[in-house]
Amino acid sequence: MSGLSISRRGLLAGASALGAGAALTACGAKTGSTEASGSGAKADTSGDTVKVGLLNSLSGTMAISEVTVHNALLLAVKEINAAGGVLGKKLKPISQDGASDWPTFAEKAEALITDDKVVATFGCWTSASRKAVKPVFERYKSLLFYPVQYEGLEQSPYIFYIGATTNQQIVPALDYLKKQGLTRLYLVGSDYVFPRTANKIIKAYAKAKGMTVVGEDYAPLGSTEFSTIVNKVKDAGADAVFNTLNGDSNVAFFKEYKSAGLTAKSLPVLSVSIAEEEVKSIGTQYLEGQLTAWNYYETTPGAANTTFVKAYQAAYGKDKPTSDPMEAAYISVYLWKDMVEKAGSFDVAKVKAASGGIELDAPEGRVTVDGATQHVYKTARIGKVGADGLIEEVWNSGKPIKPDPYLKGYSWASGLS
Amino acid sequence: MTVVLNQSFTGISIGAVLLLIALGLTLTFGQMGVINMAHGEFIMAGAYTTYVLQKSISGAGLSLLVALPVAFLVAGAMGALLEWLLIRRLYTRPLDTLLVTWGVSLMLQQLARDIFGAPNVQTAAPDLLTENIPVGGAITLANNRLFILGLALLCVLGLTIVLRLTPLGRRIRAVVQNRDLAEVSGIATGRVDRMTFFIGSGLAGVAGVALTLVGPIGPTMGTNYIVDAFLVVVVGGIGQLKGSVITAFVLGVLQSVLEYSTTVSVAKVVVLVAIVAFLQWRPQGLYTLRTRSLA
Repeated sequence: MSGLSISRRGLLAGASALGAGAALTACGAKTGSTEASGSGAKADTSGDTVKVGLLNSLSGTMAISEVTVHNALLLAVKEINAAGGVLGKKLKPISQDGASDWPTFAEKAEALITDDKVVATFGCWTSASRKAVKPVFERYKSLLFYPVQYEGLEQSPYIFYIGATTNQQIVPALDYLKKQGLTRLYLVGSDYVFPRTANKIIKAYAKAKGMTVVGEDYAPLGSTEFSTIVNKVKDAGADAVFNTLNGDSNVAFFKEYKSAGLTAKSLPVLSVSIAEEEVKSIGTQYLEGQLTAWNYYETTPGAANTTFVKAYQAAYGKDKPTSDPMEAAYISVYLWKDMVEKAGSFDVAKVKAASGGIELDAPEGRVTVDGATQHVYKTARIGKVGADGLIEEVWNSGKPIKPDPYLKGYSWASGLS
Repeated sequence: MTVVLNQSFTGISIGAVLLLIALGLTLTFGQMGVINMAHGEFIMAGAYTTYVLQKSISGAGLSLLVALPVAFLVAGAMGALLEWLLIRRLYTRPLDTLLVTWGVSLMLQQLARDIFGAPNVQTAAPDLLTENIPVGGAITLANNRLFILGLALLCVLGLTIVLRLTPLGRRIRAVVQNRDLAEVSGIATGRVDRMTFFIGSGLAGVAGVALTLVGPIGPTMGTNYIVDAFLVVVVGGIGQLKGSVITAFVLGVLQSVLEYSTTVSVAKVVVLVAIVAFLQWRPQGLYTLRTRSLA
């Protein structure tokens, strides 16, 4: 048939059609939001209820993680309403789907502020989505509470960072490895902003503290071919792997790791993006004994956590684990409530002024808001994945660590930006 | 030396994955000239079949074995349906098949999202396949990779037998070489087309089962592989089984060796540049079908 000669051209057309598809997706989300310049969007606090924005990816590749955060936010709002609301007003949650697409996040953030006139917004997960909405919140002088650990080196007057910054997660994790005598590190990460920045920090730390980085590899986000990277890890003579892979790549990486004969005993992996939810979906048999660094685990002791886990599982199912970002999202609503009540007003400037020193007995332990950086004092915890899929704490920092997003208190970190 | 041996095995195992995903395309694209962008979604269908079977059959090993033929049938039936509904109307317009099947691929992805949810899912591999065979020193052969290699070779063997030795294979080759002559010789070309499509798509389903052993299962997993699959078929020479086999393994080894000595992204770039250079030198691919047509 005559199709044979035309097929190759067809293939090229196919490739360009794919390219065009990608371009369409990119322009589909309009960038108009950055042009609007009305800063007059005042939060509406006139009625018996005030609206709060919940901005999470309820669809797309990030939904697996962000839906759990959304659930935790809804739980906090429900509890606060049941206890009488904030300043006598009930909270009305307005959910918007960021759809794992950063321009969509910016659009929905603007809609929440200007159309719904929310008093505050809670959400975002990836650094890319946070970077996309940052100018929107700054332009309208509206507040965002961000619940996920991140790479630091950022500070916005209109964002409260409730997850860990690097000196509350990555630096303690390195301290822990060093103390265990695991000084030859192999860095494996996804190829985007968080792992690249985190690894820059790790290399600076290693250089100053006598650790050695024996190798560094990045796989494209979503990549599932890890055989060569695992071979390189095996041959490099490392003591431990520092893993900043995100999302599904972890599934492929740990499957490959196990089939290459590497174990938590022979060559431990410390991950900073794998929490209870991910452990469950990757499979405990691939992760048992491996290390993680967070500020909260479902197993963290304390009455506040018992209450939180019980309430969450009562609302969403007995088999649903709680995780660090969920916990941070949950307490972010309570922290905001305390700020508003201390200020006696929903006004953003007054809430910000009142934020410093706000304390809460959170599921993760005592947290305190640092007014200067709008971050939170948090306890660092290293955990080990158990056979039941839960993470058991093996070390903690003993007391909450002061947030230091620019690592100013660490001489080895000078020059990082 | 250890490194060379380890990387060669890795390369061969990457090649085996490439070969599995490209094998079905060698038939549908190579033999029939249909640019089937939904091939990746047939791979996905095979992977989800494994997932569903594992939910209902206890024992990861048994469900994997059952999944192989079932995934072949499921993906094959989807392919045959696609051929019957749409593609048979477009045999004279190969470029249109591209657009139509791309639309179908998007619909299938959304369908998967609706049925299985947006988050990716995983299957548990049988214990045996998560182990490895140590071959002295630091060399290990991962069992799941050996399994995939075996599966790929088995599929090549099966396909060769079907094409070379069975009446169906003879009819397929006759239709590919001269449709009109085949038609007047009494071959029901429509039925042959559908069978070819059934087998090609079924092989994609088998590839999907294999891929559950190395990574997650998701609505868009097929798109990650479709470009690689087309590359293998084009470089190997369209419609040439032998070409696809050699190309898959050469690209796999090249990729793994480059990745070891550089980084993942550099290796990808170098491989693509090498392919472009190769196609400049041999636009018809590694092997060509010798026919009397002037095409």
